[in-house]
Amino acid sequence: MTQKTSCHKTTVKMLLTGWLAAMMLSAGNASAELLIRITEGANSAIPVSVVPFAESGAMPPGDKVSSIVQGDLTMSGEFRTLEPSKMLSLPSKGSDVYFRDWRMLGQRYVLVGELTRSGDRVQARYELFDVNQEKRILGETAAAGVGSVRTLAHHISDRIYEAITGEPGVFSTKLAYVTVSGEGDQMRYRLQVSDVDGKRAKIRLESREPILSPAWSPDGKKLAYVSFETGKPAIYVHELSSGQRDKVADFSGLNSAPAWSEDGKSLLMTLSRDGNAEIYQMDLASRKTTKLTNHWAIDTEPAWGYANKGIYFTSDRSGGPQIYFMERPGAEPRRITFGSRYNARPRPDNKGEYVYYVHQRDRAFHIARTNLKTGDESIITRTESDESPSVSPNGRLLIYATGQNGSSVLTVVSADGGAAYSLPAADGDVREPAWGPITR
Amino acid sequence: MKLSFSTKVFAMVLSAGLVAGCSSTGENMEDEAYGSDVQAIGGDDGSTVYGGDDGDGVSSGVLSDEERQAAREQAEQQALRDITTFYFDFDTSEIKQEARDVLVAHARYLADNPRQQVRLEGHADDRGTKEYNLALGERRANAIQRFLIVNGASRGQMETVSYGEEKPAVRGTSDSARAQNRRVELIFQ
Repeated sequence: MTQKTSCHKTTVKMLLTGWLAAMMLSAGNASAELLIRITEGANSAIPVSVVPFAESGAMPPGDKVSSIVQGDLTMSGEFRTLEPSKMLSLPSKGSDVYFRDWRMLGQRYVLVGELTRSGDRVQARYELFDVNQEKRILGETAAAGVGSVRTLAHHISDRIYEAITGEPGVFSTKLAYVTVSGEGDQMRYRLQVSDVDGKRAKIRLESREPILSPAWSPDGKKLAYVSFETGKPAIYVHELSSGQRDKVADFSGLNSAPAWSEDGKSLLMTLSRDGNAEIYQMDLASRKTTKLTNHWAIDTEPAWGYANKGIYFTSDRSGGPQIYFMERPGAEPRRITFGSRYNARPRPDNKGEYVYYVHQRDRAFHIARTNLKTGDESIITRTESDESPSVSPNGRLLIYATGQNGSSVLTVVSADGGAAYSLPAADGDVREPAWGPITR
Repeated sequence: MKLSFSTKVFAMVLSAGLVAGCSSTGENMEDEAYGSDVQAIGGDDGSTVYGGDDGDGVSSGVLSDEERQAAREQAEQQALRDITTFYFDFDTSEIKQEARDVLVAHARYLADNPRQQVRLEGHADDRGTKEYNLALGERRANAIQRFLIVNGASRGQMETVSYGEEKPAVRGTSDSARAQNRRVELIFQ
């Protein structure tokens, strides 16, 4: 836990919003936002009060910064926030915080602050107090353009999360996902990028043909994905700020399952140009490919392990799909999962502690994880047709797609399965979530 | 998919046989119409109605026996080739026994028509992961492709593509919907 007593200035960078999809786009409908629904909270959630911020000067319309912060903290599953109507006072400065009042309300932390409009910018000054210790543990300012108060709010949420837990927050990160709507000729696949709370969604690519497996570059500036827009699967790398796209893999057969290396210079991918699905590594500058597996079975869904140490992938070389680990490219793979007949699409966390994957139990498909030190496996989702796990960059949350009443929704759970919220699409299916990196 | 595949094939062969019988002779429809594994149905002499393969007891018509035989076979082959979708069990790419005659008919047709192109589209049901299903759909399409090649088609006539679970034939998660989605479709071009 860090303790800071001096105010230091932090600038919130504006996000680049310029984009240009290579395919036809309906710009008018560009912000099909997801609706957030918190389905359950963890029992161990820490009680935090986010006091509505004082305001001086005209604020832009829309959600208040403090209510966005409150939503973020609740969404993480690690905090329980107090409704402002239940607060005994609404201080905006540290000198007005009476710890006894907050202790009486059972609160562990209190956030107070104020917003000041100056020109086309909004500045926030905020302080976080530990109620038990009667101490200020964070005091900072941050500013953003009037059009970016959500960016400002998510930044504040990140700072609070880090001050309390010691881990970086992920509220400023992005999600990529694919929505599907319409039937027959009207069917549309849309690759979208939004905030982690589902807001500010933007369509990056729209197609009549399937789009799948979006994967973030480590710097958060590009997405690699599979698109069927030419009638067969090919891998594209798409720069988000410019909308420029490169078709990097279009060999005969499968071109699928792209996964970035930590340095952003190469992609792991599944190709079947030699007649069978194998894992390759492509150097993006030279487009040179190196074959990493060579087996008659299906080898696919590769992902680099923590710190680029080794590659996890799915193979059905033992009969059904199971997770394997290759210590270095080309080394003899070692089987990781044994608990059921179907385990696929491994996604290791950012610490080398766990690998998450799709796991069949009886007739249901859940997300499970295996502790890489002990080999112990646990099922962490209670939903039943779960796919596409993606771990948050701080390792604390997991997003996945699940079937619900005949359509697909995104669900976020804490990495141990304790708390959950869901992000159903306003219209149609939403699937293939990919949690973006922390980019500050 | 409880309406079994073999039942469907049989029904088609049956109706095709009927058409062939009519056009060739205009009589002996009963002989022509029933497959060999159909039992007699209350004939006045109680005799078994035989299958149409041997042409026994056929009165003379315009066509010779050989021509009739050829026409009938052609019609049968055509009827078999009306079937262009092949189904698979969960997480397998094994071609079902009852699909083999149909695939042989397609292979022969491709061998006889070397300019004919066909696209083999492999699919999976919604269970399991998308990328694994993409590979599984390809493996199914490849299995059909190999079978066609072994039976006379040439590789250059075929292209395969897998859509994995992305393009279900039937929406829904019932066993029946899933069985119809685990498939390879032959699309003649």
